[in-house]
Amino acid sequence: MKFTIEVGRYNPEGTYADNAVQGEPYPAPWSSSPPRRYQTYEVDLPEHAVVLDALIAIREYQDESVAVRCACRSAICGSCAMWVNGHANLACKSKLQEFTKDGKTRVESPPSMPVIRDLVWDMKPFWDNHRRVTPWLENKPLPPPMQEYVVSNESMEELIQEVTCISCGCCLMDCESFAVNPDFMGPHALAKAYRYAADPRDAETHERLGEYSQHGGIWDCTHCFECVQQCPKGVEPLEQILKLRRMAVDAGYTRNAGTRHADAFANSVKHSGRLNELTLLPKSVGFFNILGQLQTLPSAFNMIRAGKLPPIIHKTIPGVKRIKAIFDRVGGRFK
Amino acid sequence: MITDHDIVVLGAGLAGMRAALEAARSGASVAVVTKVHPLRSHSNAAQGGINAAIGETDTWESHAFDTIKGSDYLADQDAVEIMCREAPADVMEFEHMGVIFYRNAEGKLGTRAFGGASQARTYFVGDITGQALLVTLYDQILKAGVKVYEEWFATSLYMEDGRCRGVVALEMITGELHLVRAKAVINGAGGVGRVYEPSTNALICTGDGYGLAYHAGAPLMDMEMVQYHPTTLAGSGFLMTEAARGEGAYLLNSLGERFMMTYAPKMKELASRDVVSRSEATEIAAGRGIDGNVLLDLRHLGPAIVLKKLPQVHEMALDYLGLDMLKDPIPVRPGMHYQMGGVKTDSDGQTPVPGLYAAGEVACVSVHGGNRLGANSLLDTIVFGRRSGKHAAAYVKTVPDSNGGEKLLRSEQNRIADLLARPYTGETHARLRLELAVMMDKYVGVYRDEAGLEEALKQQQDIKKRYAAVAVGDKGRVYNQALTFALELGYMIDIAETIIRSAILRKESRGAQSRTDYPTRNDAEWLKHILVHYRGDKPPEISYLPVTITKWKPEARTY
Repeated sequence: MKFTIEVGRYNPEGTYADNAVQGEPYPAPWSSSPPRRYQTYEVDLPEHAVVLDALIAIREYQDESVAVRCACRSAICGSCAMWVNGHANLACKSKLQEFTKDGKTRVESPPSMPVIRDLVWDMKPFWDNHRRVTPWLENKPLPPPMQEYVVSNESMEELIQEVTCISCGCCLMDCESFAVNPDFMGPHALAKAYRYAADPRDAETHERLGEYSQHGGIWDCTHCFECVQQCPKGVEPLEQILKLRRMAVDAGYTRNAGTRHADAFANSVKHSGRLNELTLLPKSVGFFNILGQLQTLPSAFNMIRAGKLPPIIHKTIPGVKRIKAIFDRVGGRFK
Repeated sequence: MITDHDIVVLGAGLAGMRAALEAARSGASVAVVTKVHPLRSHSNAAQGGINAAIGETDTWESHAFDTIKGSDYLADQDAVEIMCREAPADVMEFEHMGVIFYRNAEGKLGTRAFGGASQARTYFVGDITGQALLVTLYDQILKAGVKVYEEWFATSLYMEDGRCRGVVALEMITGELHLVRAKAVINGAGGVGRVYEPSTNALICTGDGYGLAYHAGAPLMDMEMVQYHPTTLAGSGFLMTEAARGEGAYLLNSLGERFMMTYAPKMKELASRDVVSRSEATEIAAGRGIDGNVLLDLRHLGPAIVLKKLPQVHEMALDYLGLDMLKDPIPVRPGMHYQMGGVKTDSDGQTPVPGLYAAGEVACVSVHGGNRLGANSLLDTIVFGRRSGKHAAAYVKTVPDSNGGEKLLRSEQNRIADLLARPYTGETHARLRLELAVMMDKYVGVYRDEAGLEEALKQQQDIKKRYAAVAVGDKGRVYNQALTFALELGYMIDIAETIIRSAILRKESRGAQSRTDYPTRNDAEWLKHILVHYRGDKPPEISYLPVTITKWKPEARTY
C-alpha cells in the first residue's frame, strides 16, 4: 500500500534537499521554534504498517540523512516520540492508515522542545525535570539481611501505572502548562513523584509532598488532560498529580494558591451550588495578598474585553440543600 | 576532547549501570559511555522476570542444576554456582532500591513459573520486569551522581602497553570524537540480535561491544549458541514473554493439538527454550503449522490473569496483529532472541585482555552454555555487573595514570573522515545488513547442517568484501546515523563470522546448536568451549577450553 509522508526536516548545518519546502512559522507559544522544511516521501508498505516503519524505510532505502531515534519498534523503549499530524505520538504505535489525513502523514519534532536535527529533539527539559522530584527511594530502615520489605501487593500495584512509563516525553511535549510556564515540572516528573511519594517503603513522603506543593509543582497543572490523552502507555499523569494533591492537602500542605483555589471552589459550590468566579481569584491568591491580586489585573481586563466578565451578583441555585448533602455524604475536608 | 576517569563503562543497560553503581560505591571515578539514553537500553524489553532461589523450599543447588541442565552441560559450573548462590541477595537489593515486585498474600515476594525450572522461582513486575529494574537502577545512578556520556557512540578501545585504557567515542549531537581515558573498561554493551532477521532484539542491538572487544584481542566464546525464543509474534517478530506459558498458556498446532505433550511430556510448554523452539520448527516443517507459525493460546486463563499479569503482550498483539488474546489464539514462531556466547570472562568479569571487563549479554562467563533459561538473563546482568564493578574498582588502584591516546584519537578521526568521503557505488549499510541477517536466519537458525553452514560462510565472506565499498549517504556532522550504522555493520559482519565458524566446528547437537547431520550430543569430544580470536585480515584463530564440571555430571536431558 502506498503512503505519503511529510517529514519535518531541520538541519543546524543548513543543508536541505531541493524539494524541501519551507514550513509556516509555528503559532504562539512556540513561535520561537526554528522553522522546519517539509520533505515528502512515498513509501510502499503493508496496510497495517506504522509511521516508524515508513521512517525506517525512508532512512534505509531513500534518504540516509533523515535522523530519527528508534530502538525497540514496539512501544517499550520510548525513543520515537514526535509530533504526528500535530500531536505527540510514538511513531511505532501510530498506524499509517489511521494517521493519513488528506492523503498524507506529517511528522516533525515537537515545537515545544529544542530540536537537534530532523526528528531528533533535545530531551534536556524532560530529564532536568525528572531530576527535580528526587526520583529515587529514600529508604525506611532496611529489613533484616536477605529479607524484603513486607508490603501488600495492592500497594505495589498502585504504583505500576507509573512504572509502566517509558519516559518518551509525549506528555511533556503537548503539556499546555509547560508551554506557558517553563517552571512547571511536567506530567512525567510529577507522575514519578507520586510513584515514590506513595511507595510504602519511602521514608520521606512528607518532605516530598512539601517540595511538590511549591511553585512549578502539583498545583501548576491546569487539568487540560493532554497528558492523559497523549500517553502511549496509559500512565495517566494527571491522575497521579491529583492523587499527589490529595496526599499533600491531607499532610497539611494547605498554605498555597492551589489548595486555596480548591477550597474556594468547593466552598462556593457547597454554599451556592455554583462557582462564584468573582471571589475565586482573590481567594486563590489570598485575600491579604494585595500585590498578588494586583498582578492578576491584566488578566481581569482581558476578560472584560473578551466579554468573559462573570456576573456581579452571585445567585444561589434552587435545591442547594441537596448539594450540601452530597458534601456531607462524601465527608472529608469539606464536610 | 580527552577526559580522564578511573573506570569507563560501555553501555547503560542493566549490566553496565549495575557495574557503574558498584564501582562508584567502591570509590572509583566512573563514567558511562552509551550510544542511547540509558532508559532506551534493551534491558527494557525483558518481560518475564528474574530467577533466584529465595523460597523456603528452594535451594541454590536446585537453581544451579536447572541452569546447567538447561545449558545442555556447556555452562561452567563454578560460574553457575556463584550466580545462583548470589542471586537472592542481588534480587533483594533491587527490592530495597524500590523495584515494585509482585507480592504474595503475606506481602512477601511472590513467584511465577518459568521454562526449564523445577520450581517457581521467577520474581516479576507484571510483564515489564526488565523495565522496572532498569528505571529503578537509572534512578540509583542519578542518586550516586555517576557521569553519563549519553549518545556517545564507541568507535574503538584504547590500548596502552597491553592494557585496555579507555574508549574513543563519537558524540552524536556534535559529531566530535572524544577519548574517554581510564584505568579499566567495563564492557556492558549488550547483544547482537541485528545479525539475524527477524529478531526480537531492538535496532540498537548491533554487537558493538562484541566487535570492540574482539578487535582489541579478547576472544569470543560459545558464539554458535544463538537462542531462538519459542514465542515471537508472527510478522514483526516481537517478543511474547515466556511468562505467558509460565501463567499456563498452551501452544497449539494447526490441528489444535498441544504438541508439546509429545516432545516434553513432563514440562510440556515449559521445557527449555531450545527444546520448545525445535518442537515448533518440527511441527511447522511437518505441515502442522499455520503460515509458518504455531498458536499461543491464552483464552482459558481469563481476563484476571491476562490483563493483570500480561498486559503488555496483550496490548502488543492488539496493536500489531489486531488480535485480542482473550478471544483469539495468536500466531507465533521461533525467533532469534539471545546470544549465549560472548566475550570470554572469568567470574569477576575479567577478559583475557588486562583492564577489559565484560558483563551481561556481551559477556560469556559462561553461565548459559548451550541454552539460557528464561529469567536468568536479568540475573546474569546484575550479578556479574556488580562483580565486574567491584573487581575493576580494586584493579584500578594498581594502574598508573596515562597521558597517551592522542595518536589513536587522530587515527580514528581519519578513519571516519575516509568513511565519509567514500564515493557511492551502490552498496548501502541497510541492504547489506538485511542480506547478512536474512542469510543467518536461513542457514544458522534452529536447525543447521554442514552444507548450509559452509554456504553461510561463503556468503558472509562475500558480504565482508562488499562492506569495503559501503558509502555513507549523509555527509553531515550532527547526528549522522548513517555513519554509525555503517560502523555497526562492520562489527556485525565479523561477529557473524565467529558464529558461523563455531557452528561449523561443533560437530554435535547441544543446546541451541542442532546439527541435523550430527543429531546427538557428543560429550566425549565436545564437552568444551570454542573460542574465536581475531587475526586481522587472516581467518580467525580457534582455541578450546574444557567445561568446568563440579558437582553435576552430564546426563541425558529430558523434560
